[in-house]
Amino acid sequence: MVNDPRDYDLPEAVTAPKRGWSPQLVWLIPLVAVLAGGWLAVKAILERGPTATISFKTAEGLEAGKTKIKYKEVDIGEVKVIALSEDRSQVIVTAQFAKEAQSFLVEGTAFWVVRPQIGAGGISGLGTLFSGAYIGVDPGSSSEARREFTGLETAPVVTMDQPGRQFVLRSPDLGSLAAGAPVYYRRAKVGQVITADLNPDGSGVTVKVFVAAPFDKYVTTETRFWQASGIDITFDASGIQVDTQSLGSIILGGIAFQTRPDALVMPPAEANSVFTLFPNRAQAMKLPDTKTTLYTLLFDESLRGLEPGAPVDFRGVVVGEVTGVGLYIDPETKQLRMRADVNVHANRLEMRAGSPSQVALLPAERKSRLDLLVSRGLRAQIKTGNLLTGQLFVALDFFPEAAPATVNWTTDPPEFPTVPGGLQQLQAMLHRVASKLEKLPLDKIGTDLHQTLQSFDKLAKRLDAELAPEARLTLEEARRTLGTAERTFRSDAPLQTDTRETLRELTRTAQSLRVLADYLERHPESLIRGKKDNKQ
Amino acid sequence: MTAVTAAEAGLLACHACNLLCRPAAGHDLACARCGASLHIRKPDSIGRAWAFLIAAYVLYVPANVLPVMETGSLFGSQRDTIMSGVVYLWHSGSWPLALIIFIASILVPGAKMVALAILLVSVQRRSTRRLLDRTKLYRMVELVGRWSMVDIYVAAILTALVQFQALATIKAGPGAIAFGAVVVLTMFAAESFDPRLIWDPVNPVKRSHHG
Repeated sequence: MVNDPRDYDLPEAVTAPKRGWSPQLVWLIPLVAVLAGGWLAVKAILERGPTATISFKTAEGLEAGKTKIKYKEVDIGEVKVIALSEDRSQVIVTAQFAKEAQSFLVEGTAFWVVRPQIGAGGISGLGTLFSGAYIGVDPGSSSEARREFTGLETAPVVTMDQPGRQFVLRSPDLGSLAAGAPVYYRRAKVGQVITADLNPDGSGVTVKVFVAAPFDKYVTTETRFWQASGIDITFDASGIQVDTQSLGSIILGGIAFQTRPDALVMPPAEANSVFTLFPNRAQAMKLPDTKTTLYTLLFDESLRGLEPGAPVDFRGVVVGEVTGVGLYIDPETKQLRMRADVNVHANRLEMRAGSPSQVALLPAERKSRLDLLVSRGLRAQIKTGNLLTGQLFVALDFFPEAAPATVNWTTDPPEFPTVPGGLQQLQAMLHRVASKLEKLPLDKIGTDLHQTLQSFDKLAKRLDAELAPEARLTLEEARRTLGTAERTFRSDAPLQTDTRETLRELTRTAQSLRVLADYLERHPESLIRGKKDNKQ
Repeated sequence: MTAVTAAEAGLLACHACNLLCRPAAGHDLACARCGASLHIRKPDSIGRAWAFLIAAYVLYVPANVLPVMETGSLFGSQRDTIMSGVVYLWHSGSWPLALIIFIASILVPGAKMVALAILLVSVQRRSTRRLLDRTKLYRMVELVGRWSMVDIYVAAILTALVQFQALATIKAGPGAIAFGAVVVLTMFAAESFDPRLIWDPVNPVKRSHHG
């Protein structure tokens, strides 16, 4: 302590006006901070949407904290954690969704990773080249909430929000179809193949197709689907047929559908209805073959060119098809014959007119009807469908002159009577002609002919010997006569000269007579008085 | 310490011009020379410091949780918190930069708030231990405080400069506001705190005027 400060002359503080606010007001600041912080926290908690896990085969292109989940290019969430599943077979992606995206997390929602893709159908996901992959969403329509999903490996061809309907097609084989292949209606693209998978039991393939809305109404319960894949070249009894849809379908494969023009007007088919996928249009457009009856045809001619699937046709209308070709040994005669099994579509053979109930005939009725037709001459015959390829087909027609026959109902399948085919008929006819020709007594005819010719010869010789000299004499006589005649009538012949002299005399006589006549005319008295003197 | 403090002598030193005044009668006094208000100690120093500090603590949470910067570019958008930026820099090999940001933006504000809390508690408990160290600590807190704003400056400058629409945009996130508030509030808290209080337990103040 050196100095007492009070020793110094220190100025006295002045009184300041009282400040208007209480120092306690400073506590408003932490209050505001707490409120602001609390509000942020509450907001964050309230805005925090649900989390869900999605499993993928690979996390290629995915990044925790970066990869977004987008629906129609709008962010609805973000990948938070990428982890392997316990058995290391899959990648489990935990994603944080926005609160508004709650409705996406339901049964049926599909997730897939959008990456750039180049395929025959086009290029997609180009934007992800720059922005990196993202997870696409196709929301399900169910209301059942879910938090665990299995991600798709490829983007679904058709998303749920597209109006339209799905149909299920069953086919024995896949052809060249693949997911994304187009579906055509009258060659206009109206949909796509969603999936094309083998049946679990391997018995065939199941193809799911999507037909976009307004065109889905063209799919009725009567609609037929067929493979429009690539180029379809058929080489059969009706010739060569090349059938394609668009160029795109040649590369990609595709499915076409159409309703038979004569089909009844049916209501549009329900979604997920099951249809048969036919291998081609021709088969698809066949009449519905519900009732088929198997018959056996026995022939005595070669069946080369008759293949299973060859048509059975009645005057140009296909009523069935050949199911098999084989041999048949007649148990009674032990004769080897050719056997063709045919499937006849009963409802095609029966009259189409009238209500469907009329078509449903009882088996007995059908038998009696067929017996009636056979008694009128209905027979099966092998015909050549294509001269170029030698394809054969079975033709049904009426042959009133054919030998009477009946359907043998005792065998199974029943045996239907046949007549020899056109070629065979021709052969048989030629054979008959040949055998008749063979029967002709050619030797005898030859001998007779020879004798005739000999007698002709004799006659000729006799004519030559007996007739010819006489004839020569006669001719010579005739020539002489003619020579004489000629000489007689020659100009210098005496006869001619005499004749001329005579005529001249006659002329002169006539002149004299005329003179006399003139004179008499002038001088008629001269007849009495006589001629006067020339002086007068 | 043997020196007589102004407070012990019953005098008031002006905060602004350091003029020593004799107290006058009445409540609110002002410097006779410059007119600044006069107190023996800053009025309600501890309470105000606590208020600012608590506010800073509260806002420290969103400052670190919420993104400070939203970067949008052709390649997608990104929201970065301070910590994610540090982690990114660390992983990408820029360790010095990561360290600078970590120290300036996370460690320093945090340490500052802890230091202020220690000072306030110790003053309230009238502790007489390590008086010199605590004073040094206070000086450091005051000195280093404003540098924490570097982050906010960077974000503000980038936000102003990088606006190329589709190509790249940078926006300040809500965390930036909170972080700026934390820095400002800790500065206020440090300002409100009267370091002379540290020494008061040794030289008690004559309470002729209330704080």
